[in-house]
Amino acid sequence: MKTDIILAGVGGQGILTIATAIGAAAIKKNLYLKQAEVHGMSQRGGAVQSHLRLSSRPVASDLIPRAHADLILSVEPMESLRYLSYLSEDGWLVANEEPYKNIDDYPGMETIMNEITSLPHYVLLNADQIARKLGSPRSSNIVMLGAAIPFISGLDAALMEDGIRQVFARKGEEVVEVNLQAFRAGLQISEEKIKKI
Amino acid sequence: MKKLLLLGDEAIAQGAMDAGLSGIYAYPGTPSTEIMEYVQGSKMAEERNIHRMWSANEKTAYEAALGMSYGGKRAMVCMKHVGLNVAADPFMNSAVTGINGGFLVVSADDPSMHSSQNEQDSRYYGKFANIPILEPSNQQEAYDMAYEGFTLSEKYRVPVLLRITTRLAHSRSGVKRREVLPQHSLNLPQDTKQFILLPAMARVKYRILLSNQPNFREESLHSPFNKYFDGVDKRMGIIACGLAYNYLMENFRNGSIDYPVLKICQYPMPIELLKKITDECEEVLVVEEGYPFVEELIKGLLGTGVFVKGRLDGTLPRDGELDPDLVAEIFWKGKPLPHKTPDWISRRPPMLCKGCGHIDTFLALNEALKDYGPGHVFSDIGCYTLGANPPYNAIYSCVDMGASVTMAVGAADAGLFPSACVIGDSTFTHSGMTGLLDAVNKNSPVTVIISDNQTTAMTGGQPTPGLNRLEKICEGLGVEPDHVRVMVPLKKNHDENVKILREELEYRGVSVVISRRECIQTASKKKRAAKKSKKTNT
Ligand SMILES: Cc1ncc(C[n+]2csc(CCOP(=O)(O)OP(=O)(O)O)c2C)c(N)n1
Ligand code: SF4
Repeated sequence: MKTDIILAGVGGQGILTIATAIGAAAIKKNLYLKQAEVHGMSQRGGAVQSHLRLSSRPVASDLIPRAHADLILSVEPMESLRYLSYLSEDGWLVANEEPYKNIDDYPGMETIMNEITSLPHYVLLNADQIARKLGSPRSSNIVMLGAAIPFISGLDAALMEDGIRQVFARKGEEVVEVNLQAFRAGLQISEEKIKKI
Repeated sequence: MKKLLLLGDEAIAQGAMDAGLSGIYAYPGTPSTEIMEYVQGSKMAEERNIHRMWSANEKTAYEAALGMSYGGKRAMVCMKHVGLNVAADPFMNSAVTGINGGFLVVSADDPSMHSSQNEQDSRYYGKFANIPILEPSNQQEAYDMAYEGFTLSEKYRVPVLLRITTRLAHSRSGVKRREVLPQHSLNLPQDTKQFILLPAMARVKYRILLSNQPNFREESLHSPFNKYFDGVDKRMGIIACGLAYNYLMENFRNGSIDYPVLKICQYPMPIELLKKITDECEEVLVVEEGYPFVEELIKGLLGTGVFVKGRLDGTLPRDGELDPDLVAEIFWKGKPLPHKTPDWISRRPPMLCKGCGHIDTFLALNEALKDYGPGHVFSDIGCYTLGANPPYNAIYSCVDMGASVTMAVGAADAGLFPSACVIGDSTFTHSGMTGLLDAVNKNSPVTVIISDNQTTAMTGGQPTPGLNRLEKICEGLGVEPDHVRVMVPLKKNHDENVKILREELEYRGVSVVISRRECIQTASKKKRAAKKSKKTNT
C-alpha cells in the first residue's frame, strides 16, 4: 500500500499539526513514512505545503513527484488548487471552503469553486463553521483531518484518534475531547459523500 | 529499539547526543535551527548536562565549540550555510590546529533560497579547509553520520563537516537509534602547542593536515555511505550525491536501474570509484543538490576526456533545488499531467503579522523621511526585511547580517544625508555592534533604528542576546546618551514617534532610536504557556 498526500494551507493554519497526527498514527502501524515540511520564511502568512508519504515499503524521495498524489488535503480553498499538478489521475481533493484572504488579489470564490467541482473526486466542507459550532475555532484543521481519513489507505479512524490524543495530550483532556469531536464531524461528512457515489 | 520519527535536523541532534555529545553551540538560521531546539527540548540533554545555549553569532558559537573540543569533549556547532561565512575564520584555522575532543560542524544549505540570501554550497568550504565532508541522503544517514562523524574526527584529529540541505533538514522519517555512548571527561591536548598557530607551528600543523589527505580519501573509499551499484547498460553511469540519490531512486521504484550508479555521501571523493565509473561508461550523469561541485571536478575546466552531463550542460537546471520531477525529465521527457495548476492562482508571499510592531516603526519612519525622497534606509535580515514589500517600500538593502549599519556609514561617507538603517535586536547583537563602534569613532552622521521586538522572530522566536540591555550597549559603545532614544511603535504614538525620528535623522552625528514592542507571536506564546502552567498548578 502507498498513500501520497499533499497538505496545503497558509502559514499558521495548522497543517503541521495534521501532519504530526498522521505521522504518529503511521509509525504506530509500522508504516514507512516521509514527511517534508515547510519551516522558515513562508510560515509568516505565506503559502505552505507539506508532502506526506506513507507506504508499506521504504520511501525514496521526500518530495512527491507530480501526478502522484493520492490526496490533496487543504485547509484553504485557493491553496488546494496551487498543487493540482501533483494530483494523480483519480486522486481526491479534500478542501475547506472558508477562504483565508490576506492578499489583495484573491480570486473570485466562484472561479475557485468551479475549478474544484469540475474535478472527478472532491469533498468540500466548511471546517471553520463546524469548528466554531463545537466552540473551538482552532480545531478546523482537525475537522479537515477527519474528512481526509477515508482516502488514506492504511490508516483508520480508531488509529487516528490515538494519534490525535497523542498530539494534544500535553494540552489537557478538554482540548483532546473537542479535537476528537472535530475529527468525527469531518469524518462523517466524507463518509456521507462516499455513500452517495 | 522503536523507531523515532525525526526531522533530518533532529536526527543529527539525536545522533550527536547518543555519541556522547557534551556541548552544542549555534546561532539560529533556517534550515538549521531545529538541531539546537531538539537538544534544548530533550530530557537526555538535561540529564547529561549537555551545553545547549544559543550563542550571539556563528563565529562565537564556533569558537566556543572549539574550546569544548580543546577540553577533550565532543562538541558540535550548527548554522545555516551563510553562517559559515561568519564563522569562516575559525573554521579554516581549526582545520589547521586540529581538534582534541570530536568536533562536528553542521552547515545547512538552502538551495532555491527558501529562506536565504543565496544558495552557496558548503561542500566548497569543506574542500577549502581540506577536511572530510559527510552529506546524508536520508534521516537515518543523518543520524548515523552525526554518530560516526565524531569517531572520524577523533581518528584524524580534524573537524568534520556535515552538510545537509533544506529538504532533508525539514523532512521527517523513522530513525533507529544506536547504543548510547558515555561522554568524555575533561582532558587537555597532549601537545600544549597544538592550538597555537604562530607561523612556525602553523606550517607544521598545515603539513600534517595535507599529509592526511590520502587517508581521508581511503576513508571515503571504504565508507558505508559511498556505494557502487553495478549495472548492465554501460552507455551511461550515474553519480548521485546526498539527497539527490533519493530523487534518482524514486524514478526507478521497482529497484531495477540498468545503469551503474555511484552514490557519494562522503568526501573527499573516492578516486578509485570515480575512475571505475568513468572507465566503464560512455558518459556520466551527475545528480547533486546545490552547485555542480562533483560535476565540475570530474569534468575539469577543459571538459576533455570524460563526457559529463549535469547542471553545467543544461541536462539539469544550473540553479535551484532538485526534485524527483527534474530527474524524471532526464529519462522520460515531457510526460503529460492529468491535472494542471490553474494559472490564475494568486501568489501568497510571506508578510508581517497584523499588529506587528515593525509595521508601526516603518509607517513612522516613512513619514519622517517623506521630504527626503527614496533611498535613505539600509536594512538587514529578519522579519522587518518584509518592510521592503508594499505597502511599506521602506528599505533599500538587505545583504548580510549587520550590513545595514556599516552600509549606512559608508553611504554617509559618500555624502548621503540622512543615512539611516533599520536592524533587529538579534541582528544588532549578532554583528551590528562593531559597525556602530566604527560610526562612533568617526562621528558618522547616521541614525541606527533598532526595531526591538525582544526576540529572534524570523527563525521562530528564540531568545535575543541583548534583551533589555540595548541602551547600555549603545552608550557603552560611545553613542551620546541624549541620542539614544526609545519609542514604542504603536498607532497611538505615531505622531510622537515621527517627531523622535525626525529629530534624530536631522542630527549630524551618531544617533540610535530603539523602537521597542514585543513580537506579538512571542507574546501570545508566552501568554499561552503561562495560562497552561497556571492550570496545572491549580
Ligand atoms: C549569518 C546569518 N545567520 C543567521 C541568519 C538567519 N536569520 C535571518 S533573520 C534572523 C533573525 C533576526 O532576528 P532579529 O534581528 O531580532 O529580527 P526579527 O526577525 O526578530 O524581526 C536570523 C537568525 C542569516 N540570515 N544569516
Ligand atoms: S513574527 Fe513577530 S516580528 Fe515577525 S512579523 Fe510576526 S509579529 Fe512581527
